[in-house]
Amino acid sequence: MAKGRIKVDEAMCKGCELCIMVCPYGLIEMADHFNAKGYKPAVLIDPDQRCTGCTLCAMMCPDAVITVYRETKIKPSPAYA
Amino acid sequence: MVDVMMEKAPEKVMWAEKMVYERPAALSDIPTHYCPGCTHGLIHKLIGEVIDELGIRQRTISVSPVGCAVFMYDYFDVDGAEAAHGRAPAMATGIKRVQPDNIVFTYQGDGDMASIGMAEIIWAATRGENITVFFVNNAIYGMTGGQMAPTSLPGQVTGSSPNGRDVEMTGMPIRMAELLAGLPGASYVVRRSVHNIQTIKQAKKAIRTAFQVQMAGAGFALVELLSSCPTNWKMTAADSLTWIKENMVPYYPLGDYKVADVVKTLNNRGK
Ligand SMILES: Cc1ncc(C[n+]2csc(CCOP(=O)(O)OP(=O)(O)O)c2C)c(N)n1
Ligand code: SF4
Ligand code: SF4
Ligand SMILES: [Mg+2]
Repeated sequence: MAKGRIKVDEAMCKGCELCIMVCPYGLIEMADHFNAKGYKPAVLIDPDQRCTGCTLCAMMCPDAVITVYRETKIKPSPAYA
Repeated sequence: MVDVMMEKAPEKVMWAEKMVYERPAALSDIPTHYCPGCTHGLIHKLIGEVIDELGIRQRTISVSPVGCAVFMYDYFDVDGAEAAHGRAPAMATGIKRVQPDNIVFTYQGDGDMASIGMAEIIWAATRGENITVFFVNNAIYGMTGGQMAPTSLPGQVTGSSPNGRDVEMTGMPIRMAELLAGLPGASYVVRRSVHNIQTIKQAKKAIRTAFQVQMAGAGFALVELLSSCPTNWKMTAADSLTWIKENMVPYYPLGDYKVADVVKTLNNRGK
């Protein structure tokens, strides 16, 4: 299974917790610290690398502050083959 | 960038990390003033994604409402105008008629459209204006602190219906999609929601179609979107989504209320 990760723009997150609700593996939690707006931002806690980069959290985030990355198979270019 | 695992892998597979989702370019970097979890933001995001995908950012003009979305012109990286309360369809009519090559959309709440702006929306739809309208129905006047809207549900407790909406006195909540679909000038009128991933995907498709209708010169397109107001509903963001599903969807059924033949023939409709 492809591996993924997310980056939450901490300063822009409003701590609404909707992303937590849709992560199929329950990998998102709220941080213990506050951002400048006074919200506890979302963080990915993924020690076992279970995030697949499915983008569901980003689809749900009302503030569009989640960027998603996924490891993707690529064809080696002839130079490396 | 995660690197390669290619040593003696017979099929020579390489893995590289790719960005698969990022904030749409059509949204500005300005943080919205919407309350945490309010789906106004989510709907902005879907509109932004569609503007990017259709490649129309340079020629799109937004018309903002009065309501919580009053500062919308700051949140999209497109040109924009601000209408007086309820008058967005009239303003969009004028802009589109003098700038027909631009893509003009309004974004209006239920108070904005269904009470003070009822005349403007009815006549814009009746004339078949070639504009795109997003109607954000959260069953309340959000911006002014949670008063009863024309769309508030029977029995719904609001600031101005503290004992629940009394339909004996106020009549039943108005169903805008059904009403506007009955007007011959309307080409595309649908209702969607954004309370879970499935409905979010369906909403995005409809938003895309509503822009494509305008791009094809096919007339008036409106997407009603059931939306949350956690603050005035006095609920968590997550409970608000459940409230949409359990209380709003039964009264405001999701579906296509008008898809004119000219819309059915559009290529890639809502792809
Ligand atoms: C002419 C005029 N009348 C009344 C108001 C007060 N007012 C501001 S927003 C609003 C209603 C907002 O509700 P809605 O359109 O549903 O938007 P929401 O905030 O729920 O997104 C009202 C009545 C106003 N600004 N201007
Ligand atoms: S959905 Fe977005 S704004 Fe809400 S907690 Fe998650 S990252 Fe933050
Ligand atoms: S008052 Fe309601 S509609 Fe307005 S921003 Fe807050 S949650 Fe959204
Ligand atoms: Mg409203």
